Amino acid sequence: MHDMRFTLPGQDLNREPFAMKSPDFQKKCEVMITDRGYKCRITNTVPISSQEKLFLLRIVDPVERQLFNFRPGQFLMLEVPGYGEAPLSISSDNSNHEFIELCIRKAGHVTSAMFEAKQGAIVSIRGPFGTAFPMEAMEESNILLVAGGLGIAPIRAPLYWISNHRDKYKNVYLLYGAKEPSQLLFSYQFEEWQKVSNVQLMTIVEKPDDSWKGRSGMITALFDEFSFDSKKTFAIVCGPPVMFKFVCNYLDGKGIPMNRMFVSLERRMHCGMGKCCRCMVGSTFTCLDGPVFDYWSVMNLKEAI
Amino acid sequence: MIYKVISKTEFRKFINAIVKHNNAYGPRKVDTGSGGKPIYQFKPVKSADEIDFDYTVTYSSAKHFFLPFRDELSRFNFEDGNWEQEVRYEAPPTILIGLRPCDISAINMLDEVMLHSPYPSPYYLARRKNTFIIGMDHLPLPDCFCKSMNRHTVNHGFNLFCSDIGDKYYLSINSSKAYSFLKEFMIEEPSYEDNCQLIERRKTIKHSFETNIEVTGLPVFLDIEFDSPIWQKWGDKCLSCGSCAMVCPTCYCYSVEERFDVDLKGSSRQNHLYSCNLVDFAQVAGGHNFRPRNGDRLKYRYYHHYRGFAANDNQQICVGCNRCGRACLADINPKDVINDLRLERESCMICVSPSPDRT
Repeated sequence: MHDMRFTLPGQDLNREPFAMKSPDFQKKCEVMITDRGYKCRITNTVPISSQEKLFLLRIVDPVERQLFNFRPGQFLMLEVPGYGEAPLSISSDNSNHEFIELCIRKAGHVTSAMFEAKQGAIVSIRGPFGTAFPMEAMEESNILLVAGGLGIAPIRAPLYWISNHRDKYKNVYLLYGAKEPSQLLFSYQFEEWQKVSNVQLMTIVEKPDDSWKGRSGMITALFDEFSFDSKKTFAIVCGPPVMFKFVCNYLDGKGIPMNRMFVSLERRMHCGMGKCCRCMVGSTFTCLDGPVFDYWSVMNLKEAI
Repeated sequence: MIYKVISKTEFRKFINAIVKHNNAYGPRKVDTGSGGKPIYQFKPVKSADEIDFDYTVTYSSAKHFFLPFRDELSRFNFEDGNWEQEVRYEAPPTILIGLRPCDISAINMLDEVMLHSPYPSPYYLARRKNTFIIGMDHLPLPDCFCKSMNRHTVNHGFNLFCSDIGDKYYLSINSSKAYSFLKEFMIEEPSYEDNCQLIERRKTIKHSFETNIEVTGLPVFLDIEFDSPIWQKWGDKCLSCGSCAMVCPTCYCYSVEERFDVDLKGSSRQNHLYSCNLVDFAQVAGGHNFRPRNGDRLKYRYYHHYRGFAANDNQQICVGCNRCGRACLADINPKDVINDLRLERESCMICVSPSPDRT
């Protein structure tokens, strides 16, 4: 009689009609990107408005710190052990391996736990996941960055990229709209962006208060303030879903081709790896095929925005 | 694949032998449903006598052996303001007996999703590799429509498949493990009569389907019908309970949840199966829900099964077992919804293929 016991996982059990390259259970690197996170220390927290804080994270392990490479537009899964995981866009300079900056709004379970975390607390990140803005393809063109509200957080990563390679891009415009003047985030960096990065910054608020001296209205009003060569312009649009339609349709009317407008979609991912389906739009996974889509793909996705 | 024939008494001996020392699951009658129909489930078995070889179909599918309702992804152990993460892929060796072709097809499709994607799931792989599958064919129930989805036969994804030919089983052996087990028993080369009987059996199965769904061109059809009022009509019936996804053999969507241990010295991250019909499925932080209405979510489920997956993997993810139809509290089943959609469009002559009669 044969021994009827089975083999351990990873060993060959069948002739394997479903054969594929199996993950190596001994190799840590293959597991790391999916289920094991990078340990991160919260080195600093900067309150930037009543609801948002900027968190500076530093990966504890020096080797992992150098391994963590991302491109502007990608997101990561932040895990506060015991509380849960949340997908967050990375808003830091991708050439800076020392610190990862995350701009977080206190909105749910995990972010509330993050807000209560003290300096020096250790959290875990997985990633980076998803697609990025095609920064190389945008070279030698004008760039239009349109941010609404918290949309400035994902916009900051391409903005840093542009500052680092400023000579490769032509005119760069940053249009930034918010509900109230106090909700304009990163106002302390406005001067830096204008003078050091040579970005033409325009801000607008929907509901001005007494101290506000700038423009007021919807973000599309800013487009009347300047003119650009629509044939040689790429646009990056981040913001609440309602904004995409208005801005992208307006830019489409101005003559920017749909495949040169990029938007970053927001969904509540639970895995980041195309398994949980929580981020699915039709047949497209926002975590694998997104979160950065060109507007043409978004138009083809029903219910996307 | 090697083909052999085994007598039914010898087959019971074989089942007894492998069930005895292993963690085995087989179909057993657990209850009687409305109308006196027996309800079967895959339950642990210790001998061949406990198994109902002539069962119809189980209420829940076999996916729960690979995707349990609740599964621990990782553990955190806290110590002095720091923590250590622990990831384990443990799967006890399991034998599944009596899976139907539709169940096996469903597992093949889950392989597609879980193993052939950019991030293969090690949790699934460990279980898949450590599971020994014995399939059996069956005569379809009146509401099965797997023939329409072309899932009434299966030719890979199992270790051993048994076709009932009178007093014998016609075995399709698809793994060396199964063959080395079977060598210890009296198996014979199939004779001319056995082959004829197998063909006859297949014919009988093929012709006993009473329910058919016309799926030709369905993906395009669903695209056209995206704004159809039909979805609202069925959505009004839907109770958003998620039963359909729980019994579905191919639904794999999940939700990740993290909780502290009672002693606060650790926490575990767990995934649990979810359903796209549940109200908060597409809700994002801040409260915006991308699919707020019942109809939207019902539509999404049908799109994923018949349209979305077809675009990604060139096959429709539905296997046609109609478990969702049986489990649904509001009597919604795929046959009615799809036929309804087709009839809606039939009237304006865009339909490319004839739709079946509504029953």
